[in-house]
Amino acid sequence: MLSATATSLHVARRSAHSVWVRASHWVIAFSVMTLMLSGFVILMAHPRLYWGAVGNDLMPALVELPISRNYWHHGWTPSVAFFPGAGSPVTAERTYDIFNQNGWARSLHFLAAWFLVLTSAFYAVAAIVSGHFWRDLRPRAVELAPRQLWGSLRRHAHASMTPGPPYNPLQKFAYIVVVFIALPLMALTGMTMSPAITAAYPGLLDAFGGSQSARTIHFGIFVLLALFLIGHVVLTVLSGFKRQLRAMTLGT
Amino acid sequence: MELKPRLLTTRRSLITGLASLGGLMLGGCSKELPPTYGNILRMGDVLTYKAQRLLLPAHALVKEYDRHEISSMPATGTTNPADSAQPAYKAEFGPTYARLMRNGFADWGLSIEGRVDRPGIYTLADLKRFPSRTQITKHSCEEGWSSIAEWTGVPLRRVLEAAGMQPSARFVNFHPFDENPDGIDMVDALHPQTILAYGMNGHDLPVSHGAPVRVRVETQMGYKSVKYLRRIVVTNEFDDMGKLGLIQTGWSWYAGI
Repeated sequence: MLSATATSLHVARRSAHSVWVRASHWVIAFSVMTLMLSGFVILMAHPRLYWGAVGNDLMPALVELPISRNYWHHGWTPSVAFFPGAGSPVTAERTYDIFNQNGWARSLHFLAAWFLVLTSAFYAVAAIVSGHFWRDLRPRAVELAPRQLWGSLRRHAHASMTPGPPYNPLQKFAYIVVVFIALPLMALTGMTMSPAITAAYPGLLDAFGGSQSARTIHFGIFVLLALFLIGHVVLTVLSGFKRQLRAMTLGT
Repeated sequence: MELKPRLLTTRRSLITGLASLGGLMLGGCSKELPPTYGNILRMGDVLTYKAQRLLLPAHALVKEYDRHEISSMPATGTTNPADSAQPAYKAEFGPTYARLMRNGFADWGLSIEGRVDRPGIYTLADLKRFPSRTQITKHSCEEGWSSIAEWTGVPLRRVLEAAGMQPSARFVNFHPFDENPDGIDMVDALHPQTILAYGMNGHDLPVSHGAPVRVRVETQMGYKSVKYLRRIVVTNEFDDMGKLGLIQTGWSWYAGI
């Protein structure tokens, strides 16, 4: 009863996005979109995903994506075995001129990653210090009840959301998953692909089951984040695009 | 009415923040760091390089694998420096490579020059007289694929010490028979797993993988492990290798990530 009263009190309070939320939102938004674009271009150079420590064109893939001319290019000389006997690993020379824009795409990806990591770190500290996390993002036990979540989902469908806190349970859930789970996992799986970082922290390779598994998870979370981004923008449009944009930019 | 001053504060703090980040990155304008030529991507590369050098232990060893984990490995980039049809064919050295290859690289020699007290030429037999190191490591290509192979060679550090590397040495540059010259800093050059490899998976290094000798820089992406070595030059200043170098062709010189 007490917690229900507390919740209704919170519902009564209407507040705008604070200035640091607005600033970090847009830096993060721009960084994430840059990361998605450059990440996709990087994936186009080798549109094959694997599970485990290693994977390449001479090994079977988990998934092959038809997203560049490199898809099933077959531009290889006949395979030569490294060792005698059946099942030996092989080598072959590539004879195909692949699509590869990784010179700029990789550097842009890491530049945007710096902006995302530094801004997210600032956001996380500010969210905890200012009380934003405990006040606006933390789901209350009562909100996790199925009826509450269902009601929240229905309100989402009708898009009757007002900008800024208080957030409804579904919003809280989405924001917490994206900010505190998906984005940190993105950073960690990204770093698991780095030879220098994994030399210092080999535990990353164990945690994700190898650098190719990390790459596959990195792609999987990209898909989830892309879906979140689409839902986020659609709901912004449905609930009054100009009003939401003004709230997240000017704070009014 | 409180809005305007608050906005201004935000903008000012944002600009200050970005400017200080820029200042950090522009620290790259010296002869001890790769040049950026005002390109924001290259500034980001330098930031990553400096951050990794600052935050990561210098000589942490990369993971080494078991023999049964050796995988298939594609040969990409130049696969024969004597083949004039390949994109990085170097007319100046292609025919020389063809002649050396016909003779099983018996006449091949690796020149060690620059900031060393005893510059000289090392034959394959000279390199094999050094204590060897064999390591089964992962090759990570910037394209996204990877492979595991066993590499045998001499730690670059031993050769540099034998040649009398001078205290002023900052970079080690690799000049191959094709048009893919490159270099690394002393942290990676002296790394215990940075080797001049002449063997792969228990055999002589195949032509498609860089015969007779390639460098293995295990702490960076595959493209830093220059194949078909001809000359090694130790310098005290950064050499971007001009139009053939990574920076002017639009790539990050440091590829630890």
